[in-house]
Amino acid sequence: MPAAEGSSSGLGRWHAVGFVAPAFALIGVFLVFPALWTLYIGLTNYRLTGAAARQPEIVGLDNYTRALSDPTFYNSLWLTLLFVLGSAVIGQNVLGFLLAYSLRATAPALRRVVQALVLLAWVLPSSVVAFLWIAMLDRDAGTVNAVLGGSTAWLVEYPMAAIIVFNTWRGTAFSMMLYGAALTSVPPSHLETARLAGSGSWQTLRDVVLPHMRRYALTNTLIITLWTFNDFTPFLLTAGGPNRESEVVPVYIYNTAIVGGEMGYSGAVSLIVLLINLLLALVYLRAAKVRVPS
Amino acid sequence: MTRHVLVRIGSYLLIGLGTVFFALPLLWLLSAPFDATPTYAVRPPSEFTLDNFAAVGDNRYALPSLLNSVLLAAGTMLLVVTAAALASYALSRVRIPGRDALLYLILLLSSVITGTAAMVPTFLLVFELGLIDSRVGVVLVLTGGLLPAAIFLLKDFVDTIPRSYEESARVFGASPLQVLRHVVVPVARPGLATIGVWTIVQVWGSFLTPFILLRDPDKQPAAVLVRTLYTEGGSPNLALIATFSLLYSIPVVLMYLFAWSRYGFRFHGGIKS
Repeated sequence: MPAAEGSSSGLGRWHAVGFVAPAFALIGVFLVFPALWTLYIGLTNYRLTGAAARQPEIVGLDNYTRALSDPTFYNSLWLTLLFVLGSAVIGQNVLGFLLAYSLRATAPALRRVVQALVLLAWVLPSSVVAFLWIAMLDRDAGTVNAVLGGSTAWLVEYPMAAIIVFNTWRGTAFSMMLYGAALTSVPPSHLETARLAGSGSWQTLRDVVLPHMRRYALTNTLIITLWTFNDFTPFLLTAGGPNRESEVVPVYIYNTAIVGGEMGYSGAVSLIVLLINLLLALVYLRAAKVRVPS
Repeated sequence: MTRHVLVRIGSYLLIGLGTVFFALPLLWLLSAPFDATPTYAVRPPSEFTLDNFAAVGDNRYALPSLLNSVLLAAGTMLLVVTAAALASYALSRVRIPGRDALLYLILLLSSVITGTAAMVPTFLLVFELGLIDSRVGVVLVLTGGLLPAAIFLLKDFVDTIPRSYEESARVFGASPLQVLRHVVVPVARPGLATIGVWTIVQVWGSFLTPFILLRDPDKQPAAVLVRTLYTEGGSPNLALIATFSLLYSIPVVLMYLFAWSRYGFRFHGGIKS
């Protein structure tokens, strides 16, 4: 009898339901319901102000056809692709692995100092790190111009490069720690065999270490892709500007929904984002081979 | 052999450049708050001063915004820890068909339904509930997003607690809630503390949710307020921003240090909102 199992702690079915209820109510109302509601909002002409604010009407798939023919939406999708590829798939991934691999053989004290710096970039609040980079990239007194010479207004002239470098700096810690842990799982016997066979460090890296990293690289890339795709922090550096040149999808949604008041249209865009997130998460689950026991 | 040397040189070069790349922006946060006339440049203070800290105290919004951050973090933490403790205990002790699949499903949903993707419906929901410009609205939205991971992590922890304590308490006639409060919670304290610290860290840094849901500068947390610290001339008040940023960052760094020293890097796991 299933109820008997709970009786060891005196927790019957109904008590259990009562215990679970507050959490599931909060999750249901403030997490799941908004996502489902997006389906409906995207089909309406809901606006924050004006007549459509009081009486939103169903407009069918108009919002979706508009999104798919709107150059500003394609622009933001393209910029997001650049942002994700540049800062996550390449930037954080490669720098994270290289740092983890280089630090593996260094003195523990040096390793800890470097790790602490990289981790600080990760744990500081996003409003703070964004301002640190506004300072770095300032045209007149910024450190980047002081090092490279010249007086480039980076956030105005190269906004995409700026947010890509920023996000690489911001997020490399995760990849570095993940690859650091993965590197310790390379069987020492494999490394020993390679050494006895006379391989140099480059060959060892290529033939023994990298093949072992493949699975970690895939799951890491999927996680940081999902995060970067949804990252709102570029807004704090450029607010999408100048002239939409760094308006990645999260900033696009903010600008059309909260600034522009077009809730229906941005609801449709949000649903597209939700679906892409779902796709990434499902691929991740497959790749990580998370078996759902039931 | 030369290859080997090259790899070694390359790896030290990388560590050197990496250190500079990661340290340079951070140095500004350490020097500018103590500079009498800070600029955007990373440099030692031209004239050392502690006056900037007094200026933060004099600003009408600065310290109250830190209090707002504390209120939001504490409120969310209490709600997340309480709801997650109740739910994870029940889910750990009572066998419900499809329980694990359900847990994975809500964890999946919480990573898919991000603040960005749910910005529009969340804003409208809070708007319809009349909770725009209310801290309660922010706390509820943040709680909904953090709870799945909290339940997931906590259930793992509760699973490891032996049931024998609960059985003896039952023999003496304790009700399920009493068993939870007086038997399970004391044993589960490290797990609850982890979830608590994790929640505070997440809320302390969160920008988007309070940014769209709070209008009144008197209610805004530090994350949102720091963007509005301008001089009367309309340019960013660097002395104030740098000093305030430092004060705002210190608690979160301390909490991470505490969490890592006790629980290791696993602490921030795969979940970041």
